[in-house]
Amino acid sequence: MRDRSGIEYLGVSRVQGPLVFVQGVRSVGFREMAEVVAPDGRTRLGRVLAVSEDTAVVEVFEGTAGLSASRSKVRFLGQPFLYALTSEEVLGRVFDGLGRPIDGGSPPMAGEARDVNGLPVNPVARVYPQDFIQTGISAIDGMNALVRGQKLPIFSGSGLPQAQLAAQIVRQARLLQGEERFAIVFAAIGIKHEEAQFFRKDFEESGSLKNVAMFLNLADDPSIERLITPRIALTTAEQLAFVEDMHVLVILTDMTNYCEALREVATSKGEVPSRKGYPGYLYSDLASIYERAGRIATAKGSITQIPILTMPDDDITHPIPDLTGYITEGQIVLDRGLFQKGITPPINVLPSLSRLMSDGIGPGRTREDHQNLASQLYALYANAKRVETLASIIGEEELTAHDRLFLRFSQQFERRFISQDSCENRTVFETLDLGWELAMIFPAKDLSRVRPEQISQYGLKKGPMKNGKTSPISQQE
Amino acid sequence: MEPKESRPETAVVTAINGPVVKVREASGLSMNELVVIGDRKLLGEVVELYQNGATIQVYEDTTGLEPGTLVHGQGLPLFVELGPGIIGRIFDGTQRPLSASFQESGAFVTPGRTVEALDRNKTWAFSPRLEAGANVFPGQVIGEVKELDHINHRILVPPDSRGSLLWIAPEDVYTVADRIALIEDPQGEQHELSLYHRWPVRRLRPCRERIMPSEPLFTGQRVVDFFFPLAKGGTAAIPGGFGTGKTITQQQLSKWADADIIVYIGCGERGNEMAGVLGDFPRLLDPRSGRPLIERTVLIANTSDMPVAAREASIYTGITIAEYYRDMGYHVAVMADSTSRWAEALREISGRLEEMPAEEGFPAYLASRLAQFYERAGAVITLGGERGSVSVIGAVSPPGGDFSEPVTQHTRRFVSTFWALDKEMASARYFPAINYLNSYSGYVGALASWWKEKAEPDWTAMRDQALQLLKEDARLQNIVKLIGEDALPDDQKATYLGARLIKEDFLQQSAYDPIDTYSQPEKQVLMLRLILRFIERMREAVRHRIPIYRIMDLPVLEEFHRMKTAFKGDDPAPFRAIEKRLEEEFEGLLRREVQPARKED
Repeated sequence: MRDRSGIEYLGVSRVQGPLVFVQGVRSVGFREMAEVVAPDGRTRLGRVLAVSEDTAVVEVFEGTAGLSASRSKVRFLGQPFLYALTSEEVLGRVFDGLGRPIDGGSPPMAGEARDVNGLPVNPVARVYPQDFIQTGISAIDGMNALVRGQKLPIFSGSGLPQAQLAAQIVRQARLLQGEERFAIVFAAIGIKHEEAQFFRKDFEESGSLKNVAMFLNLADDPSIERLITPRIALTTAEQLAFVEDMHVLVILTDMTNYCEALREVATSKGEVPSRKGYPGYLYSDLASIYERAGRIATAKGSITQIPILTMPDDDITHPIPDLTGYITEGQIVLDRGLFQKGITPPINVLPSLSRLMSDGIGPGRTREDHQNLASQLYALYANAKRVETLASIIGEEELTAHDRLFLRFSQQFERRFISQDSCENRTVFETLDLGWELAMIFPAKDLSRVRPEQISQYGLKKGPMKNGKTSPISQQE
Repeated sequence: MEPKESRPETAVVTAINGPVVKVREASGLSMNELVVIGDRKLLGEVVELYQNGATIQVYEDTTGLEPGTLVHGQGLPLFVELGPGIIGRIFDGTQRPLSASFQESGAFVTPGRTVEALDRNKTWAFSPRLEAGANVFPGQVIGEVKELDHINHRILVPPDSRGSLLWIAPEDVYTVADRIALIEDPQGEQHELSLYHRWPVRRLRPCRERIMPSEPLFTGQRVVDFFFPLAKGGTAAIPGGFGTGKTITQQQLSKWADADIIVYIGCGERGNEMAGVLGDFPRLLDPRSGRPLIERTVLIANTSDMPVAAREASIYTGITIAEYYRDMGYHVAVMADSTSRWAEALREISGRLEEMPAEEGFPAYLASRLAQFYERAGAVITLGGERGSVSVIGAVSPPGGDFSEPVTQHTRRFVSTFWALDKEMASARYFPAINYLNSYSGYVGALASWWKEKAEPDWTAMRDQALQLLKEDARLQNIVKLIGEDALPDDQKATYLGARLIKEDFLQQSAYDPIDTYSQPEKQVLMLRLILRFIERMREAVRHRIPIYRIMDLPVLEEFHRMKTAFKGDDPAPFRAIEKRLEEEFEGLLRREVQPARKED
């Protein structure tokens, strides 16, 4: 776009929440960047939210505190928020929420400048994700497998160990065959210092820090900045994946803070709210973030997204998890009840889902019994939950012998299959064998979702398990 | 319908707020007129007129657009190009050809239009069906083009022209833009026809007469075909929270429904899902024609990251294309996934227009727009006198899975078939998770006579019996939840077990199993007949005081579990064999268990 950096507007007509209204503007473009200079001389970045022939509404990312109506200056930059970088410039480094270095290094600018808002991907150009990623976590690999190019969020609640789970996935994730260049892009969106610190330490200890680009907007940073942080992170990921052919894992945490920043701007602007005060375009807006995952035909790399969000009051029907679930390819749901029982990671598999699982597993990818076994375990566990409810009403004693099997299954499944140590890395085959061991608590005729041949091949396997970490049932009881 | 090239009205942009743009000096623009904005040629549509000004919704990203930019009126409403070259292709919400756009501008969709919807260079072999001098009327076939090997694309006189045919092109190859006929209308004006014409997406294409839907749209999905069937020309909704299998169900229907043409509208959904369809459909074969499914499919994709106003248009683009093929005498099925995203696009635009919101922020005209959309479905006699139909299946994504929200509630009023997806069934991976208690079909009566004459006379009776059993079972389930299964008397346990057979061995159907994914009607009848026969024998055995656990141990039950994945159903022999075993095992059971008791007498 044209260079109009010369024109500077002195004074703003109104300041409202994070917004400033500038009057008498000429040829200002929608969504273009602006610099707002406060009376103290410090420059803040902003973006045009709406524009008419004489007024521009600018959202100021770093907040409006200290701005003066008459003595502030506004410059319009004639272009959207651009970010230019290459992998050498960002990996192993730490930036603030607007992509400026906070590790003392120089800002990245060697690459081609890209609009951080990104562009929609032509569905024709998308390559359907099918490469199974082994996370080493049974509840994910066995029941809700992750594939390369998927967007699979973690739905958490306050105080649940979502950070530990995400860190474990980052540490352990790998393909079954072959290794290629990989990178991690970490975007902190309004999270606590200690949580950001936890991730940093974990990356450091596992030796992956040199492959990580961190963008930090912490809880005490300006909230409007959160609207840009995930977009900068994803622009970085697109550069790494689609220009430099790397496989990128993006962690966005916590998307709930992002949505709240969006609501803050929308209400300041006086927009008509829809559910719980969130703007009507929350879905489209979230989609413009989540859909920036996947693989495209013109590049070898991939972007796998693990957004983390906190369900307000553990409510999965709250607009944030609800709309997220409609956009992402499944969800991993953490459960307070399991956590209180001491099950970690407290993944409740019943509401969890991976939509891309069926194409990423099976013969040639994991094992031919994977799909059927997962379905069988789901059916057994769902029924076990019903039996547990029944037992709490009529007492365990009144249950039939058959129903008592379900209680035993449920306990074993939670303690041995779902629960695992934060450094325990199980192969998918160990996970499947363990699943079979638990399914075989039941007689073969109860296992209607697996084929009889599979029962004899995997279920009735004799001898000790190859995996030393899983112990036979008898020892656990 | 030709654009008036000589009248490019201009207006000037005054304000931009997302996809909503205000203009002044707009006296030349008319309501719903298509406009092109600026040098980048962004497409938009006039949605509001006021004194000297207008509001435009823009179908593309407006980043960088400035006040002062010129807006050019196109003299006609938002239209689609209808002609050969639509089938097997993928378009965006305003009919931008996405494959061509990928070739042209790469993996990302950039704003602005550079490619025509229908390829102007491709040639088609045209065979005339009329001779010069004939009197022609709207909808009449003037010639044919082989669009694909098995799809005859009839070139019709457009709905708005009639008169005498002055000239028609000889048999040869032509591009879509070449002149192929010349018509003189009753007023003496001459009109050129080419292989394609334009049609405004928001206007219903006329037909001679609407008729009652009376023929089933077979989908190969047992719970649908047998319990809650849809008729060709009917309407259905699939509501369900996320993860309940809406998209899989829609995809299964678009794969296996016995329509001639499928229009699949991915409206505000995931990009990878469209990629999955694009990957699967060329590989999978249509069970009827043996041709790849993509050769009867049109895809309209406005993924959730694409501009929101085009999402609103995508539904109309899809249904207009469907009506076009209907007019050739085809049965067309439209899958719209998801109509909630379309309603939300309406809400978003409405909010930016600062209209007074009604329920949950949706505009007050939500219900009438939904009605207009679903009413474009129907079985018809076309203008040319053929039978054709458009069936519409709309997915609904209620927030929080709550069916009391406005989109689900209003949709319910305008559709005849309702397939309610159930979260609990889905979380036990029981698919398709269509709840057999809340779902309904308004076509059962109309289709009963079809079944009676053409397929299975007992269909209604079998259906009633099975549904009755499932209803009783639901009542028993409530008791079981409180006191456990063991406390039921044996005759109720028989109901419980019988319902389980229907649920697990009939209704549950795997989309991933190569055989189970499609179940032809004959197989459905064979399966359910066997299950009902088992239940009948089980009740008889219970009356003879045979304990239920002996019945549950019968080895023939293994066969029941296997039959959906083991046999295709084109040969009834294996089912007869199972029936024979069933009878023998029950006879054996009765002999062993009942005889000794008699001896004691």
